[in-house]
Amino acid sequence: MSRYLRYLTPLLLFLLLAGLLYRGLSLDPKIVPSPLIGKPMPAFTLPRLADAGATISDTDLKGKVSALNIWATWCVSCRAEHEVLLELARTGKVDIYGLNYKDNRADAQRWLTQLGDPYIANAFDADGRTGIDWGVYGAPETFIMDKDGIIRHKHIGPLTREALVQEILPLIARLEAAQ
Amino acid sequence: MRLRLITLLTVCLLLCSGTLQASVTLEAFTFTNVDEEQRFKDLIEELRCLVCQNQSLIDSDAELAHDLRAEVYGMMQAGDSDAQIVDFLVARYGDFVLYSPPVKPSTWLIWFGPFVLLLVAALLLFRSLRRQQQAPQQDISDADRQRLEQIMTDSNADEDHQP
Repeated sequence: MSRYLRYLTPLLLFLLLAGLLYRGLSLDPKIVPSPLIGKPMPAFTLPRLADAGATISDTDLKGKVSALNIWATWCVSCRAEHEVLLELARTGKVDIYGLNYKDNRADAQRWLTQLGDPYIANAFDADGRTGIDWGVYGAPETFIMDKDGIIRHKHIGPLTREALVQEILPLIARLEAAQ
Repeated sequence: MRLRLITLLTVCLLLCSGTLQASVTLEAFTFTNVDEEQRFKDLIEELRCLVCQNQSLIDSDAELAHDLRAEVYGMMQAGDSDAQIVDFLVARYGDFVLYSPPVKPSTWLIWFGPFVLLLVAALLLFRSLRRQQQAPQQDISDADRQRLEQIMTDSNADEDHQP
């Protein structure tokens, strides 16, 4: 028995290492898990993008399943995901809010007029301070919150149709069904 | 001699350019004293920029790095301790923002793994050494012993001949 073990050990070690390395292949170092998952969303009160005189705060997002999409007109991938956001909005399954991150107000307003507006409302985060509170490190990012305002999911990078169908919509359905 | 001087100068230049490069992205933050400036630099050197992940906040020219440097500076001015500043960033960006990961169950493998491996290797070495010691000494045959003696005397004789 111990004789077999002696010959099997290198094989087992190899398999262990191969397993670890294989797992490493499918990990994207650009995707850093957010420590905010499972925590209440960070509080904020910001001027609205559409109307600098009005404000929007985290309490506006509570009481329903909501999404917060961090975007900017300087962000190329945001343009790529815009179609998908519009599609998500058309399903009517979730209220999408936007955090317009370190952007120019006029540019952002023009963007929504030209490309379509999937958002219920947009917060205008000119200096990116709210972005820091949300742990934003690269737009686009999308957070999904449950009815109590607890962050349940963070999608880093542009939303894709695949992510929408496989992750976001099933999650929203689960959160809707809860309680 | 000349070559050595040139080498020395080159090395000096390289080293200097390195430090210049590191400080070139720092905004004009004002500090009341040198200690405070050093504290700021030490702090942002230990924090990772999440945009360009292999650079610290002190090295990075990314937009977010500028913002986070300003944030760290602001917190320092407001009287926050290093621990408070680090906690602030970890709460938002996770442990990944730290260049040296904290010791906790999920990082035990990183911190203690090498020592465990060392211990295992030491145990294996110890065991195999002991096994070698305990193994019965294999005596050589009389014929071999005779040959050995023959060789020894021959080589001694050779040495004697040498001047």
